[in-house]
Amino acid sequence: MSKAIVLYLHVHQPYRVRQYSIFDAAVSHDYFNPAYDDRTSNERIIHKVAEKSYLPTNRHLLELLRAHPEFKLSLSITGTVLEQLEQWAPEALRSFQELTVTGRVEIVAETYYHSLAFFYSRSEFEAQVQMHREKIQQLFGQTPQVFRNTELAYNNDLAHWADQAGYKGILAEGWDKVLDWRSANYVYQPTYTENVRLLLKNYKLSDDIAFRFGNRDWSEWPLTASKFVKWLNDSQDATNFNLFMDYETFGEHQWHESGIFEFLRMLPSEWLQTASNSFMTVSEVIDTFQPVDRVDVPQTTTWADTERDLSAWLGNDMQSSAIKALYELQAAILATDDLTLITDWRRLQTSDHFYYMCTKSFNDGDIHAYFSPYETPYDAFIAYMNVYHDMQFRLSQTGVEV
Amino acid sequence: MLGWELPPNNSGGLGVACYHLCKALSKKAVDIEFILPYTAEHDIDFMRINAAHPQDVEAVLKSGIAYDSFKYVKHSGEVESVDLFGQTVLYEKAVERISRESEFDVIHAHDWLTCRAALRAQELTGKPLIVHLHSIESDRAGKEFGGNPLVREIESLAIHMADQVIAVSELTKRGIVREYGIAPDKIKVVHNSMDVDNLESLDVSNAYHYLTALRQQGWHVVVNVGRLTVQKGVVNLLKAARLVIDQQPKTLFLIVGNGEQEHELIELAASLGISKNVIFTGFLRGKQWRDAFAISDLFVMPSVSEPFGITPLEAIGYGTPALITRQSGVAEVLQNCLKIDYWDVEGMANQIVAVVEHESLHRELQINGYRELERLSWDDAAIKLANVYNQQTESVGA
Repeated sequence: MSKAIVLYLHVHQPYRVRQYSIFDAAVSHDYFNPAYDDRTSNERIIHKVAEKSYLPTNRHLLELLRAHPEFKLSLSITGTVLEQLEQWAPEALRSFQELTVTGRVEIVAETYYHSLAFFYSRSEFEAQVQMHREKIQQLFGQTPQVFRNTELAYNNDLAHWADQAGYKGILAEGWDKVLDWRSANYVYQPTYTENVRLLLKNYKLSDDIAFRFGNRDWSEWPLTASKFVKWLNDSQDATNFNLFMDYETFGEHQWHESGIFEFLRMLPSEWLQTASNSFMTVSEVIDTFQPVDRVDVPQTTTWADTERDLSAWLGNDMQSSAIKALYELQAAILATDDLTLITDWRRLQTSDHFYYMCTKSFNDGDIHAYFSPYETPYDAFIAYMNVYHDMQFRLSQTGVEV
Repeated sequence: MLGWELPPNNSGGLGVACYHLCKALSKKAVDIEFILPYTAEHDIDFMRINAAHPQDVEAVLKSGIAYDSFKYVKHSGEVESVDLFGQTVLYEKAVERISRESEFDVIHAHDWLTCRAALRAQELTGKPLIVHLHSIESDRAGKEFGGNPLVREIESLAIHMADQVIAVSELTKRGIVREYGIAPDKIKVVHNSMDVDNLESLDVSNAYHYLTALRQQGWHVVVNVGRLTVQKGVVNLLKAARLVIDQQPKTLFLIVGNGEQEHELIELAASLGISKNVIFTGFLRGKQWRDAFAISDLFVMPSVSEPFGITPLEAIGYGTPALITRQSGVAEVLQNCLKIDYWDVEGMANQIVAVVEHESLHRELQINGYRELERLSWDDAAIKLANVYNQQTESVGA
């Protein structure tokens, strides 16, 4: 039986808010450009990630695409990271473009600002999806066919929307409660839809690479490509292995020293030793295999934390009040037609801002702390709300009552 | 154990730390004789307490609450006043007599005040000496390489002569290395702690009726509890208060404590034009002290150099979030609080404004801070110290 690896990597960087004080409000409207050596410096972070992850990984991927005509993968790249690459790391942007000209790298649709707009404003959500589509067309000359929502946040409503919008597929977390008795290794169809297909992340296999790869306490450490391929070959119950992860797994979350690039380099040749094995992009797997069942997901699922819900972004009062306050400005902001103001407002919608305010595992200094440029979730909230006040001030300057 | 004070006759955190440390140690089957420089009644059953004073003296009374003078009441009824330095010398003589008469395995001395006596006891008995530093002279002076040269000399000698030095934080450890050029390996950090169950509970009604009424009218209260000295950094808190009040006029600052800076701070508040928003209570104990935390929206510890700093833990225990400076030992153990550099007046004001303004921030700090506090215990410190005792007595035996 033929089996395909569906490798999908998510590329994203937010515009982090600098340590913006209440004394900056109504004085400086520059929220995203601190000194270069500041922890929140977007320019410094994009330089670091380009050097450690984007450039070396793309070099490996391009070599693999050239060496193996069967090798394929899918990428999602947010508008916020594309803008930052254009401004601060154009060579890294070119390295992504070099991948897509092979014709074997498919780009996935999403919101331009990596936002949770779907849950707060449908019109804003659709505007951002359209902005992203145009940006991808402009930079990569292709039109995305498959949709992924920020943080793989997914439910029946979103599937219905994607179906109506004409997408052929949508991505979600292959969470046990969603799958029930099913396996993530097949193509599915969401309930209440006509055409759209559902691809569910195989989180065990994906997290073996994304989270556990460099962990020396893990019983399977060290993970080699041949061992990993043997697991896949031994799985009888599968047509497609959906390996979905952050792109920054390669070189940033898993450092070069962990051997992650060696793993990536060896994966295609090991996998392709078996003649019936292949790589497919997300569209291709949907075109190839018929859905085996319908899946009903009334509750929102995401790919984060053990809860697999939105609590990492919206779970505490700081998070929910901050995001609510931001979306309450929508009508007034859009009415100004002031592109600078609108862009700032949209950059503030990026989900990372709310993730930095997460307190649920702050004590353990866990994964949340690793990704945050702030010393505490409280500092993240304070800077964000001060910026919010300045947005209010700018609105009031235009004569809008807030 | 050689200590300078115990509650209720304490002037600050030293006595409280010694009390809880000894209590936790007693549960580890450590037999403690605690030698104080004054005579007082204590409701303590987990160790023996001995007042060290010369044989011709009936009682030594603390006069004043801070590091002030002592009154010696002789058998003849004569009363003599002794200053702090004189007291350390008399304490040394008395400890010398006690160490000839008592049996013990380890000498554990707290802070420079007991160091002369500790060195004498070490010289006489050859027992291992553990010098436990809750602060060093440069902290108290609020200045690197600063302070009283005589105190520095005693501290330096004791640290060098000690078999083991204990510091209450990494900050203090770094300070000892910097000030006295001692090898870091000789210093072990044992953080102070708190058992949330040991906090005396609050009454239904708060002692601050006026503040309670103002709060109902939408006012917010920011409190500082501590000695009013350079080390505590209250000047910067008042400067920050000026900025806060510009943004949030209905904010009151409650300054609890006394000290040599008290008059200067009152004048500073006046010259900043915020006297109406700053309340100086003087030194408080008991209910009024507890209720000062409880009535407030935020506790601020603006210390320039705080070896540990237990008050933020007490504040959180009474449901009040804390803003602390990074120049404190407690910042090494406490995560769910706001942190700032002591010199960053504007940053301090920014954080105070945010807590006053955003109930969601206040609530998250309150809930998560309390959860974190519940995991702290003096037992952790006692386990580390009991290990030090074992190491010291074993190495002597071998």
